[in-house]
Amino acid sequence: MNPFADHQSRVTRRTLFGRSARGIGSLALASLLNPRLLPGAEIKVQVDHWKGALSKPHFAPKAKRIIYLYMAGGPSHLETLDYKPVLAKMAGQPMPASYTQGMPIAQLQGQKLTCFPPQHAFKRYGESGQEISKIFPHIGSVADELCVIRSMVTEAINHDPAHTYMNTGTTISGRPAMGSWLNYGLGSESDDLPGFVVMTSQGKYGQSQPIAARQWHSGFLPSRFQGVLFHSKGDPVLYVGRPKGVKADQQREVVESIQQLNALENDVVDDPEIATRISAYETAFRMQTSVPELIDLSSEPKHILELYGTQGADGSFAANCLLARRLAERGVRFIQLYHKDWDHHGSIKRDVQGTAEEVDRGAAALIKDLKQRGMLDETLIIWGGEFGRTPMGQGSGRDHHIKGFSLWMAGGGIKGGISHGATDELGYAAVQDIVHVNDLHATILHLFGIDHEKLTYRFQGRDFRLTDVAGKVVKPILA
Amino acid sequence: MRALQATGLLVIFCLGPAVARADAPVDFNRDVRPILSETCFQCHGPDQKKRKADLRLDTKDGLFKQADGYANIVPGKLDESELYVRIASDDEAERMPPPKSGKTLTKSQVDTIKRWIEEGAEWKGHWAYQKPTRPAVPNVPAAPFVKNDIDRFILDKLNERGLKPSPEADRATLIRRLSLDLRGLPPTPDEVSAFVNDNDANAYEKLVDRLLATPQYGERMAVYWLDLVRFADSAGYHSDNPRDLWLYRDYVIKSFNDNMPFDRFSIEQLAGDLLPNNSDEQRIASGYNRLLQTTEEGGAQAKEYMAKYAADRVRNVGSVWLASTLGCSECHDHKYDPFTTKEFYSFEAFFADLKERAVGRQEQVKMPSPEQKEQLRQLDAEIAGHQKVLDTPTAELASAQAEWEVAAKTRKVEWNVLRPVEAKSQNGATLSTLEDGSVLATGNNPDSDSYTLTFKADRPKLTALRLEVLPDGSLPASGPGRTGNGNFVLDELVVSIGGKNAAWSSVTATHSQDGFAIANTTDGKPGSGWAILPNAGKPQTAVFEAASDLGETTPVELTVTLHMNYGTQHTIGHFRFSATDAARPIRADGSEWPKNIAAILAIEPDKRSDAQKQEIAAFHRTIAPSLEPTRKAIAGLKQRKEQLEKALPTTLVAETMPARDMRILPRGNWLDESGPVVTPTVPASLGGLEVTDRRPTRLDLAHWLVARDNPLVARVFVNRLWKLAFGQGIVSSLEDFGSQGALPTHPHLLDWLAVDFMENGWDVKRMLKLMLLSGTYRQSSVAHEELRQKDPANLWLARQGRFRLDAEMVRDNALSIGRLLVAKVGGPSVRPYQPEGYWAHLNFPRREYVADHGPDEYRRGLYTWWQRSFLHPSLLAFDASTREECVVQRPRSNTPLQALVLLNDPTYVEASRAFAERILREGGSTTESRIQRAYQIALSRPARANEVALLSKVVQHQHEQFQADRAAANELLHVGDRPAPADLDVAELAAWTEAARVILNLHETITRN
Repeated sequence: MNPFADHQSRVTRRTLFGRSARGIGSLALASLLNPRLLPGAEIKVQVDHWKGALSKPHFAPKAKRIIYLYMAGGPSHLETLDYKPVLAKMAGQPMPASYTQGMPIAQLQGQKLTCFPPQHAFKRYGESGQEISKIFPHIGSVADELCVIRSMVTEAINHDPAHTYMNTGTTISGRPAMGSWLNYGLGSESDDLPGFVVMTSQGKYGQSQPIAARQWHSGFLPSRFQGVLFHSKGDPVLYVGRPKGVKADQQREVVESIQQLNALENDVVDDPEIATRISAYETAFRMQTSVPELIDLSSEPKHILELYGTQGADGSFAANCLLARRLAERGVRFIQLYHKDWDHHGSIKRDVQGTAEEVDRGAAALIKDLKQRGMLDETLIIWGGEFGRTPMGQGSGRDHHIKGFSLWMAGGGIKGGISHGATDELGYAAVQDIVHVNDLHATILHLFGIDHEKLTYRFQGRDFRLTDVAGKVVKPILA
Repeated sequence: MRALQATGLLVIFCLGPAVARADAPVDFNRDVRPILSETCFQCHGPDQKKRKADLRLDTKDGLFKQADGYANIVPGKLDESELYVRIASDDEAERMPPPKSGKTLTKSQVDTIKRWIEEGAEWKGHWAYQKPTRPAVPNVPAAPFVKNDIDRFILDKLNERGLKPSPEADRATLIRRLSLDLRGLPPTPDEVSAFVNDNDANAYEKLVDRLLATPQYGERMAVYWLDLVRFADSAGYHSDNPRDLWLYRDYVIKSFNDNMPFDRFSIEQLAGDLLPNNSDEQRIASGYNRLLQTTEEGGAQAKEYMAKYAADRVRNVGSVWLASTLGCSECHDHKYDPFTTKEFYSFEAFFADLKERAVGRQEQVKMPSPEQKEQLRQLDAEIAGHQKVLDTPTAELASAQAEWEVAAKTRKVEWNVLRPVEAKSQNGATLSTLEDGSVLATGNNPDSDSYTLTFKADRPKLTALRLEVLPDGSLPASGPGRTGNGNFVLDELVVSIGGKNAAWSSVTATHSQDGFAIANTTDGKPGSGWAILPNAGKPQTAVFEAASDLGETTPVELTVTLHMNYGTQHTIGHFRFSATDAARPIRADGSEWPKNIAAILAIEPDKRSDAQKQEIAAFHRTIAPSLEPTRKAIAGLKQRKEQLEKALPTTLVAETMPARDMRILPRGNWLDESGPVVTPTVPASLGGLEVTDRRPTRLDLAHWLVARDNPLVARVFVNRLWKLAFGQGIVSSLEDFGSQGALPTHPHLLDWLAVDFMENGWDVKRMLKLMLLSGTYRQSSVAHEELRQKDPANLWLARQGRFRLDAEMVRDNALSIGRLLVAKVGGPSVRPYQPEGYWAHLNFPRREYVADHGPDEYRRGLYTWWQRSFLHPSLLAFDASTREECVVQRPRSNTPLQALVLLNDPTYVEASRAFAERILREGGSTTESRIQRAYQIALSRPARANEVALLSKVVQHQHEQFQADRAAANELLHVGDRPAPADLDVAELAAWTEAARVILNLHETITRN
């Protein structure tokens, strides 16, 4: 307990910025201000660079950034990563009540529960012989990089709370998303892009999931740690484009003038918040250049576009994967790509294959591309949804399921070519090496060198953390 | 963890100035309890399950416990005080706290406890749970600074610390500050000069009174209140569908404007529906109970959500009125504060009487205005007149009835299949007519669709239409719908004959999915429809019985339109229409007459009882041909009434039902029903209810909250008013008055204000005025270096606060400066510009944001449509709360995204242009006079020479460029809906628009200082 911590931070803030923004006669907005406006007036602008709440990691980090391929809707583990031959044999037979008695259930409430066989064949891929569905030929081709976890469990059986649980570790609204936690803990490495970027894509084979902005909200953490949603139509970052009719150098003059007038005002009132404002405008100004540059894929060679299977930034999952690599190169800490079409209550045979096709090539390309650039070792990639699907059929599809599902991880500190955990023979419940969402979060933080019990934030009198009151690091999957 | 270092961070004060000064005696509450709470309560606190060694230190008995020959604490005797011995021990095995707890005590903390024991170990209950009494006002020498008693408390503390108050701010600053604080709007230049030149000794007080009396005051206060109670226009979870609650917002605005006493304001919201002879207003107020997030997600389990809603309400009341983190005791006893799990669920039980849907659309209640009520009354009177005719037996009717009875016994409804003459899909599905007259959709499978079918029915009149939805092997899950599970949603079915839409007297179906009743297809609302889960894969039938016979020509030409807008391919794949001219009633389940009528028909007329005779005669009159004109008249009137009713505003209110069981859920697990049922009670540590002879209600809870004995509510509320006036609370943790919260910097002042507030009838305006009239409020906010070093966080208020305006007011301020703001108070939410596609993530159904045009474009920020899952991005950038949970204290961040909003959001570009028009029209003819006018409008002060120099250059440069490219200038002037003025030079106006953008972006413009 340090009752003066707050005051100290204010004092520190002042030392960081107060002097530098003070005093007419010394103002040179280093990167952009043009002294022609007011000869003799210069300010030095330092971009307010958050270096993280942790002065140093708790142990040596393996990962520097994360690209989270978030498969919203709940991909069926039974058609993707967890093959169950016994379920195939039981096709059409009643699901044994011993499995389902007293367990949470969603749309199948009160209905007859029947075993529904896996709809797609599996294959062993790579030297490691990872068993993965044939609907993932490209992901299969990087099987030796993947750690497949087949024993995930979560707590919420409906999409909205399950997303909130997967992203924030609780179903209560108002808590920070994991990307916010990581940026809060470690800071950002980019001066001209946000540290937490979200992109979305949707396909043709499912009921597109509504995803609330809550999923990347900073909750009770300061707003600067909020995820920024990149859009595929209009301004990629909201309001990053200049007003119509205003040319680049006119906009520059406007921003420069704001900066100088703010600095002049500071000479009168000496308010540290003004320095922060000046820094924010500097970053905003840079974003007006850095964001268009980021999303312009014309500089990418043809063979890279082909590797991902995209023509340009068209909002497809493949294009987003390529943008994710570019964001990673520019130091963005947490990059989250949603694909929203994995909710297959019906026609799962056709739809899960269609959705898989939409993500397969891009996801595999991302791994290959990062590897050839020597970035895979420090970039953690996660592929997975908010829950899995029932071994019981729902017409020609499957219902939501939380007692056992799968995901895969690769890169940044993860042992490739292995599987971890297992569900029972019908794919209902995780039974071996169970990994709870809190454990996944603990493991992610661990890979970044953070002890998940020690990254905390005081809110309403309590020290909150991403893993709430639980979470164990999954050691066997660490490289 | 390192202290938060960088800038732009909201710094939440968790612990106030809790530090013992070496010369003052140790105070238990100020100095000792925070140490125990932080370090010891986790294992030796209120949570009995986690308690170690059966020792608790959060109560007096526990702390001074003696057992087994040990005493925890013996006043004055360190060596005999086991607690001290253990915390001071050198032996690691002995020392408390143990290493594995992760907690440690610093040497100075150990010293503080030592001194406290040495000084006699005086114990006090936690300050916030002691009923406040009015303390004496400190006796300080008269000084110009001292305007009222508040200043005496403040000055007393300043003197203790060797600090001096800042000088009074100049009048221009004062009026801008007051105007922003009370109206959320800047003063006009005229208002500024009137105040600056007002020589009346009471000028300042007059100004405060005038501003408190403006209707904008209520709007400004509502912004703050709506965050607390999490008011929004959408349901929150998953599909986040819209709902109407704006009448509640109007109530809040009006209550603040009318200066409703805070106790009544609280009671009406928590239990307005339970007040005797409650008014519409009070029922609207009770909508407070319905503001929480709800779900409509398919497959959501009712019990789970009922548990979520109950917990949500406890958290909210705890935060809003008690500043207590009751939510912490949902899964275990509170770790720091005296709230048990049982008390948490007992608190939930107060709300067990609320009628609501666990999963699905909540039922809106109509709230007609007085005029609408009168119109409804007149229509009802006319209907009653006709109804009287319908209810009167006559001889003619009796003989008609006899004839009918004969026919009725042999009656059978004959359906003739209607083969479409034409069948069209709006979104490109292929509709083919099969041999049996049914229609099958194939090919393109759009997300949503409308089918239009035309028929020729070879009958003189039709009394009903039948729609069969049919399975087919070509459809997903065999249909009849085209989405994955075979379902569909039919939003609306519209039948038009000769350009007139048919009205229906009865709509029935063989099966309707929960929440998707067949009646939705004729309610005129596209957002609701008919669906059939879990009975996909089977045929279903819907019958539409016409209110009056359809068609007067033969053949009858019908156009039937099926609207299916739900999205995600919830369209019908296979269906067939038929028609009949059989006599009514005609029902989907084939029952020709209601069961009771069929039974009477079977009895010989002379063997019927009187009651049966009356019953069947009454029924006959509902179908007798001779009464058709009367029925038509009634149908017409009812249609008018229906239209009127559709236009009535609706809201959500509290409605009661028999209380459902509230159980203690072990570890918050809703699947576990082993916990005991509990009844409504308040936490014992906060007192008790006086009700003993019946189950306590929400009304009892409300009365308990605002009783004079409640230790928290008045303190909590005056502390929040204080925050509005000074930027931070006397207790800086506005949301937590518990032992982990901050201590009050001025405990006596807080109690004095709380008591004063209660003793003067919970008068909000009076209390605010008291704060605003104080010398403390009137100080300058400019802090000189020395003062900032001595009191960096301004805890002791030797200066006023400077802070950024709230999100809504950032908008209001810009619109007001541009004179675009529309002053209308209240009404439904509005939709200002929003980037296209921002709602792309919403689904079930998909929605497109349609911006308002006209006056609603320029309303105040608090009326902006509050979509919880995608709040308007400009508001979000400035830290507006999404209103999913209670937010007591918004962060005040300072980020690049805010810069982008002010620079480039069309709202601000348009406001800049409107501001530029003002500058040109009001600012004289020279660049300098115009800049001076601009500063007066935006900042209520003259521009300084260097500011004029800089802006002059901007205008000059930009003017040159726009003169060279007038097309570009024109483009800039066409951002936003407001027409560009014809009488101003395009290049000049564009150049001044750029200068106006600079001014609207200034830190000072969005800062209250």
